[in-house]
Amino acid sequence: MGSRGPVVGVLLSRVRVEEKLLLQELSSRGIETKIIDDRELVLPTEKKPDLGVDVVLERCIQHGTALYALNVLGGWGIPTVNTYETAEVCGNKLITTMRLVRDGIPTPKTRVAFTPESAIAAVEQLGYPAVLKPLIGSWGRLVSKVNDRESAEAIIEHKDVLGSYLHSIYYVQEYVKKPGRDIRAFVVGGETICAIYRYSEHWITNTARGARAENCPVTPELNDLCMRSAQAVGGGVVAVDVLERDGELLVNEVNYTMEFRNSIDTTGVNIPAKVIDYVLDVAKTAQQAER
Amino acid sequence: MPKCPECDGDVTVGSDAVKGEIVSCPDCGAELEVTATAPVALALAPKAEEDWGE
Repeated sequence: MGSRGPVVGVLLSRVRVEEKLLLQELSSRGIETKIIDDRELVLPTEKKPDLGVDVVLERCIQHGTALYALNVLGGWGIPTVNTYETAEVCGNKLITTMRLVRDGIPTPKTRVAFTPESAIAAVEQLGYPAVLKPLIGSWGRLVSKVNDRESAEAIIEHKDVLGSYLHSIYYVQEYVKKPGRDIRAFVVGGETICAIYRYSEHWITNTARGARAENCPVTPELNDLCMRSAQAVGGGVVAVDVLERDGELLVNEVNYTMEFRNSIDTTGVNIPAKVIDYVLDVAKTAQQAER
Repeated sequence: MPKCPECDGDVTVGSDAVKGEIVSCPDCGAELEVTATAPVALALAPKAEEDWGE
């Protein structure tokens, strides 16, 4: 990097609103930026990839692409936001759960089972209603609330017959009756920068599914929970989804390529600016370590 | 003005558009990807796959 500023690579395929805001933030600061289209990328494994950048901000839409690109880049010491570890943990709900459990972070009770029969047993251990989730996926897709044994049998049979092998690893969670909302908190580096409530009449409260966003104050309790959650999954730039149950806060999942378009005006926090600050910090830290 | 590859409607693309950006056709609602910017070229955006997300 020398005395010049860092060159930031942005690894992406689709330029969604979030990527556009991040690119605008980089441009407004005069930071040299290279867009790396993951669909055109060929990464060597036996030598350091020559991307001509000092740090890579990963914004792939496909988890598989992000995961393996980060593995190669990180393996060769190229600083990335987020790291391979964070992507691996956050991209898989079971691995996330196990990290949360490891660190004593409250999370809904979860069972994992590997056959349709044991999946039914897992559901019945937790009781109805229960929630079946794919290990990998976002935006509330294929998340199923099962209210009784018949619906459990139907959904599990569909997953068994129609799904890829990953759908035959059954991840079952207790159903947490939410107060018509959940919390999404944004953690960047060492700070919970802001949070929103996501209100919906539906039990799935993703904004991608039409939930309404409102500002949520970051209390010391919420900040502590989110900081611990971020650390548990490997740190970086993450969005922590939190459920409220009778005054208790439970961490539901952690996202590593977070969307934030609905949360900037809602919270008054310039999220892309905070992300870019963090990316530059990562580049600077790597530069200092090289010296 | 670029045309929608689905319905042939006119699609307005901002001058600050970048390659890879997603726009919607105002006529048919199709999601379109900007595949080139000078001149602007549009293609149907790929459908969401199982591991897409955040």
